[in-house]
Amino acid sequence: MSRANILRVIVVCLLLTLVLQPEWFEPVFAPFSPSGAPVIYTRASLLSLSLSHLGIVALASVAAIIVAVLLAILVTRPRGQAFLPLSRTIANMGQTFPPVAVLALAVPMLGFGAGPTLVALFLYGILPIFENTMTGLSTLPPATMEAARGIGLSRRQRLLQVELPLALPLILTGIRLSVVIAIGTATIGSTVAARTLGEVIIAGLLTNNTSYVLQGGIIVGLFAILIYDVLTQLEAHFQKRLGGSRTTV
Amino acid sequence: MIEIDNITKVYDGRAAVDSVSMTIESATITAIVGTSGSGKSTLLRMINRLVEPTSGEVRINGELTTDLEKNALRRRIGYAIQGHGLFPHHTVARNIGAVPQLLGWSKDKISDRINELLNLFSMPPEEFRDRYPAELSGGQQQRVGVARALASRPDLLLMDEPFGALDPIIRTRAQADLHRIQRTLGSTILLVTHDMEEAIQLGDQVAVMDQGRLVQHGTPADIITSPATRFVAEMVGGVDRPLRLLSLLPLSEIVEAGEAEGPPINDQASLRDALSVCLGSGRNTLPVERDGALIGRVTLEAIRSRAEGTHEPR
Repeated sequence: MSRANILRVIVVCLLLTLVLQPEWFEPVFAPFSPSGAPVIYTRASLLSLSLSHLGIVALASVAAIIVAVLLAILVTRPRGQAFLPLSRTIANMGQTFPPVAVLALAVPMLGFGAGPTLVALFLYGILPIFENTMTGLSTLPPATMEAARGIGLSRRQRLLQVELPLALPLILTGIRLSVVIAIGTATIGSTVAARTLGEVIIAGLLTNNTSYVLQGGIIVGLFAILIYDVLTQLEAHFQKRLGGSRTTV
Repeated sequence: MIEIDNITKVYDGRAAVDSVSMTIESATITAIVGTSGSGKSTLLRMINRLVEPTSGEVRINGELTTDLEKNALRRRIGYAIQGHGLFPHHTVARNIGAVPQLLGWSKDKISDRINELLNLFSMPPEEFRDRYPAELSGGQQQRVGVARALASRPDLLLMDEPFGALDPIIRTRAQADLHRIQRTLGSTILLVTHDMEEAIQLGDQVAVMDQGRLVQHGTPADIITSPATRFVAEMVGGVDRPLRLLSLLPLSEIVEAGEAEGPPINDQASLRDALSVCLGSGRNTLPVERDGALIGRVTLEAIRSRAEGTHEPR
């Protein structure tokens, strides 16, 4: 087993134990708790918080992927080119707005709970995917595109069979950036009562209990690392095929 | 038969192609030669309507190209370009089978055709079918590009600088391959190149373009012996013209009875080869052999007289 794989197994085991058997880590976290205060967060199961956290991220990301990719396809078509500056501005605005501000603005409309968080993550996630998809679709090898036209592929066939598959590695890079940002950003959703791992961190901050903050932070961090890793592997897989020396076994 | 009738393309008030008419016989190779900006690629691309002509028409076997839907037309015409343009995310087999698949051929028929073409290009199917383009050498990629263009047995094969990205040695081999395959399949090929040498070697007919106009259209020997304009004369290489002409003529045309000293030369060699052997070995006559048997000799005098047809441009 390679060193990278050993590391992966260790990270997965650590994460599972932290989520499923947090009390095993009591001796580790004890020094960070004020004396007499509980060391391990028990007000809600960490498993259910994790699942809800990941669920919110997944939902917001899927929506961001659909919107960003469709928008990028639209503005790279000859007929959609006029919309390019406008959609750039919109995507950029989504990114410049601090997620906290989005939360504050969304609460009056959507009420407390997961709604405002979903909106904030969705808006925040669009830009990296949109920019990367656009770059991917507008930097395709010219000879391949010329040949695709020359052998009689229709517009739709060119998009689905050539352009999107060739842009896929770059699109995945955008998705990876976006998802990893969303995993971290989702924690602040707990300030407006979304069920995320941010709840643990905030509880720690409110009660001056550093061990809570560490628990929440480490779990979120490990999730982000693992998902980053999986998506990087996926990109490398597709990139290899496009770029060359696939080792035939 | 391909008929190009008075075709013109105007960009920004300037004619890139200026009322060009030409007829291309079936089962021949026609090479369009010109400098960059001569309109040769535009002419080629108007045939499969990658560029829409401003005026004029093209008929393929009597049928107007504008009568067909664009993509349907392109699927009937093979198209091979410089830098091959293969789909990097598809295997060799899928690349070659691209057009038959668009045409809805059955899986077995497509698979058989892929094997047939790979064999024709001396690439064993079992070794190459499942490779990706990035795993092939430049010469192999180019062959797969041509195989893809030929896959659906098109009425016409258009080639835009197909050998432009290859190094000289591989290019010579690729040209020989194309010639052999064209003779085997009887394909009609229209090829664009900036290289007069390539046009003369490959073309049954050579068409020379200059500033959007077709300035001369004829056999390679015509073009060399009587260039229509000073431009064509320059293109066929000034002082090299006699040698270029000799390279087109097979030795068999001037073999005479008699004997000569030294190692023999094959009667399929060109007069240019024979001249080179004469000069290199210091002989005035060479014995000529066919299939291992001596059939006569060739003299330096005879070679020289054949080269004398190359006069100054009209």
